[in-house]
Amino acid sequence: MTTALLQTEDITKVYQVSAGVFKGKRSLAAVNGVSIDINRGEVVGLVGESGCGKSTIAKIILSLEEATSGQVYFDGEPMATIDRKERARRIQPIFQDPYSSLNPRKSIGSIISLPYRVHQIGNKAEMEARVTEIMDTVGLPPRFRSSYPNQLSGGQRQRVAIARALMMKPELVICDEPTSALDVSVQSQILNLLLDLRENRGLTYLIITHDLSVVEHIASRVAVMYLGRIVEEAATDKLFKNPRHPYTQALLTSVLTPEPRLGLPETHLGIAYPNPIDPPPGCTFHPRCPKATDRCQKDSPQPVSENDHMVACYFAEPPQ
Amino acid sequence: MSALLEVKDLYVDIPLAAGVLHAVRGVDFSVDRGQTLSLVGESGCGKSLSVLAVMNLLPKKAKWYADTITFDGQEMDKVRERQMANIRGSKMAMIFQEPMTALNPCYTIGNQLEEALLRHKPVSRNEARDRAVFLLEKVGITAAGSRLKQYPHQLSGGLRQRVMIAMGLMCDPPLIIADEPTTALDVTIQAQILALLASLQKEFDMGMILITHDLGVVARMADYVAVMYCGQVVETGRATELFENPLHPYTQGLLRCIPVPGQTKPGEHLGSIPGIVPTPIGKQKGCVFQNRCTYVFNDCTSAKVDLTRISAGREYRCLLSPEVCRQNMNESQAT
Repeated sequence: MTTALLQTEDITKVYQVSAGVFKGKRSLAAVNGVSIDINRGEVVGLVGESGCGKSTIAKIILSLEEATSGQVYFDGEPMATIDRKERARRIQPIFQDPYSSLNPRKSIGSIISLPYRVHQIGNKAEMEARVTEIMDTVGLPPRFRSSYPNQLSGGQRQRVAIARALMMKPELVICDEPTSALDVSVQSQILNLLLDLRENRGLTYLIITHDLSVVEHIASRVAVMYLGRIVEEAATDKLFKNPRHPYTQALLTSVLTPEPRLGLPETHLGIAYPNPIDPPPGCTFHPRCPKATDRCQKDSPQPVSENDHMVACYFAEPPQ
Repeated sequence: MSALLEVKDLYVDIPLAAGVLHAVRGVDFSVDRGQTLSLVGESGCGKSLSVLAVMNLLPKKAKWYADTITFDGQEMDKVRERQMANIRGSKMAMIFQEPMTALNPCYTIGNQLEEALLRHKPVSRNEARDRAVFLLEKVGITAAGSRLKQYPHQLSGGLRQRVMIAMGLMCDPPLIIADEPTTALDVTIQAQILALLASLQKEFDMGMILITHDLGVVARMADYVAVMYCGQVVETGRATELFENPLHPYTQGLLRCIPVPGQTKPGEHLGSIPGIVPTPIGKQKGCVFQNRCTYVFNDCTSAKVDLTRISAGREYRCLLSPEVCRQNMNESQAT
């Protein structure tokens, strides 16, 4: 078996947060034993609600945060042994908000060429040629080169962020909510661009989002997170056809498709999203779960993989 | 019988350094008790400004004028700000997008809920508290009595939005305006909050204006829809008709843009609307959608494009005939 391009092994991230003025610090486990493999050429979607730890995973993979425990391997090597610049060359991020991820005082040309200057690659002419090429790839007209971010629309800014990420020909691109700040008509332009780039350049993506329709459209494999743990993971079509975990089922029924005759879905979920400082005992999903029993309040279900469909639940639907 | 709220020919102008921004240009809409009207469009299309104008909450430098605005049998454009303050909150309530910024962090939620009623009705504090507890229970908050003493930061986003809804309902208003009520919330919570809004609307027989950019939310919630683009309504109709038989090229484009699980093919190109939304500064000639439209022809750049009425409540703003529009949609779906 070939090694995965990126492999995280049981990573945990614990933050120390203040619980109140006189209560001192308490620990919050944002990520709680997450193992995920991303193979070359795959598009892995990581979905979950806010506060479930999906962005923390992105930060750990990008080495912006250090995992409290666990290992991250890139191309078979432990991430810590890879040089910082080397890591930055091979893994690149695209962030959610193109309004805050671009420096307002730098021109677009300068923003896109920054990776070349940091890595001291090529001479000026080569750099300029590469900027022209990459701007063309992501569909930015050359006249924007000397513009500043405030002169661009949200979609154009996101294209700049994508161009900057592609400058160094990375192997893995981490997209953290790449389209949630954009309008619908622009979202589809950016999704089409990401799909094209994947096809033409053999990119591997980790797409982090809360939008299941986007994941269904673009990802080849999906991992569903809840409160720091992955509760279900499978190939996209499998997961959407046969969601096994009650949380995934609720997520899928909550997707509102533009079908006016269907009415609003009933999710059968309790309203309380648990406080991650004080996670419920046993299965963390049990206070909201329609299937929960006494056992769920005591024991935490372990992930079980059957038929390439991983799920962590005592009452999971059988795999197909 | 006249509608609960009827707005005719509303304009909003914002003077900027670069010229006058015509943010809303001749918008008509109306909503009745028990009905949901959805204003849908991309950012900057004027959907929020339209209702802010109705509530007289626009920023000072923005100018608005309308043919007529009638609310509950009263002509609103003749109402002075003083009277308006009595109407806002008691007769029309607003639910904002971001419950964290819309609630005051320095006061308990009990205080803020009671204030809404005490401001408008001659009731005692105890009566106001009873109403607050009653409504908090209605919006699905357990242990409502003890929640009154909590501050907004002690509640999760979903709970805060429920508090906002309860606050809007304190005076039993005939009209409720929800501006992107679920955009800041998680998907599972969104479904719950929308279901709650819909059931409360039925129970209290309120009219609702729902402002959103999410076509999924619109389809599931609205009775009537007005699609806005660049300060104009480009298509209106019953939700079922509009979604099943969209006429305007912009509405058609929007519906092709969104991935729908089970319908769009994964990994394939989504439809898209080329170009970006223009900034409506200065006078515009012809159709607002001309520079992004696939079916543009000569007349689009020069002729005045008005809303064409097909049947009661069903209108669209395009020079092409409904038959041609329908054919275009079918052809684009086939490819």
